[in-house]
Amino acid sequence: MVSGATVREFRRALVVLAPGPLTTVQDLGRRRHSHLGVGRSGAADRGALRLANRLLANPENAACLEVTLGGLKVRASGDLLVTLTGAPCPATVTDAEGRTRGIGHASVERLPDGATLRLGVPPRGLRTYLAVRGGIDVPEVLGSRATDLLSGLGPERPAPGSVLPVGPAPAEFPAADLAPVPEPESGVLMLDVIPGPRHDWFTPGALAALCAEPYEVTPHSDRVGMRLRGPRLERARDGELPSEGMVPGALQVPPSGQPTLFLADHPVTGGYPVIAVVRDHHVDRAAQARPGQRIRFRVAGDRRLVDHRRL
Amino acid sequence: MNARLHRCGEHAVLVELDRLDEVVALYDALAADPPRGIVDIVPAARTLLVRFEPPARHAEVESAVLAVRPAGGRRTTTEEMVIPVVYDGDDLADVARLTGLTEREVVAAHTRTPWTVAFCGFAPGFGYLIGGDPRLAVPRRPESRVRVPTGAVGLAGEFSGVYPRESPGGWQLIGRTETVVWDIAADPPALLRPGVRVRFAEAS
Repeated sequence: MVSGATVREFRRALVVLAPGPLTTVQDLGRRRHSHLGVGRSGAADRGALRLANRLLANPENAACLEVTLGGLKVRASGDLLVTLTGAPCPATVTDAEGRTRGIGHASVERLPDGATLRLGVPPRGLRTYLAVRGGIDVPEVLGSRATDLLSGLGPERPAPGSVLPVGPAPAEFPAADLAPVPEPESGVLMLDVIPGPRHDWFTPGALAALCAEPYEVTPHSDRVGMRLRGPRLERARDGELPSEGMVPGALQVPPSGQPTLFLADHPVTGGYPVIAVVRDHHVDRAAQARPGQRIRFRVAGDRRLVDHRRL
Repeated sequence: MNARLHRCGEHAVLVELDRLDEVVALYDALAADPPRGIVDIVPAARTLLVRFEPPARHAEVESAVLAVRPAGGRRTTTEEMVIPVVYDGDDLADVARLTGLTEREVVAAHTRTPWTVAFCGFAPGFGYLIGGDPRLAVPRRPESRVRVPTGAVGLAGEFSGVYPRESPGGWQLIGRTETVVWDIAADPPALLRPGVRVRFAEAS
């Protein structure tokens, strides 16, 4: 992760002073490699990463920092333009002369050479995205700069002293200074699901049970998935399901009957039946749920998506 | 081919087939000429997960999958590689006991027939090899090992495989190889890709 820049060819960079509980480099992940057992990975809240890049006129897929529960402290090397999206957190910039100012959420902010950016703990939501104009320019692994914590692929986790090079600024200029975004919900999250692919492995009442009462996000939750606690989902058939491909948002149900909601670093294949899959834009919302928070599921209204053909 | 299609969220279809050889044939045909909008195909033991992106939609992808006529019999891939193995695995004696063979007969059976990678899973570059001597079918170990070393060669069910890097694992270990099966600096990074044929050879 240390930049190969010499004094002569100076490159702009973010210097990590403190990473907080968990900070990773993420983009929109790896495509076209899952047949080799390589998962997609990428930002857990893809919409937040896309928004951050759009605000800076970066390509949508530019690499950013995904900061879990704040605590990040970085220093600018060279004049940078940055923005924060995802979970709003208190953030300050201290310039090289020691003057400190607060900065806003989803707003385009200058981070001058030598200035330090500090992120506090978000009061709501879980993952904040720090984007920099030009993107974080660490080497790609299999076409992506995403860090896959399950398989260990991608850039290392930033640590104190890590130098994250910043790429050349794109030709486009930011068109807006600020994007209005809804606050992450702190109460019960409502998530739309599409039944299947294996809802027929459960009792007829299981889907109703899934949607009847809220589930609680347990502390056994990370970028791979969120283990949930709530109504038990009863299987209608015994036996083992041969492992099959998984998607983000899949609600996989192990023998305990308590579902796991898969997030960005989910395993490529899994051996337990998936009763339903959370719709894409609601997977982003799920990725902002904190341990202890409650989730309710609702079968999506679009019947075309629930089609279950036998051919 | 009796294909059952299950929609899997907004942007994927799970194609379920009766047999692994049908999965392999359909995967070969789809990978050789991917229908528009398909970005990832995950072959597994009885299924293919087909992931697509807008503007492609379920109905269009489903029709495209059903329209594929897999070539019967032979795979198009002819790549064959030889993987030298030192047969001194910790479970070799157990495998002999479970199969009713001697340890030497296990080695002979493992090296006699060519294997083919059916699909990858579990970890990047972990290929599930099929087509081996049916006498070698053994259950997984009752308890998973916390640490299986890189290059360990194992058996489980109808499959054989090589651990691409150190990881936990429950397969019966019969040997080890120095052949690197996963290297992110290589293109492609996985040696044991779906369709690749493998012959194991006893290393002296």
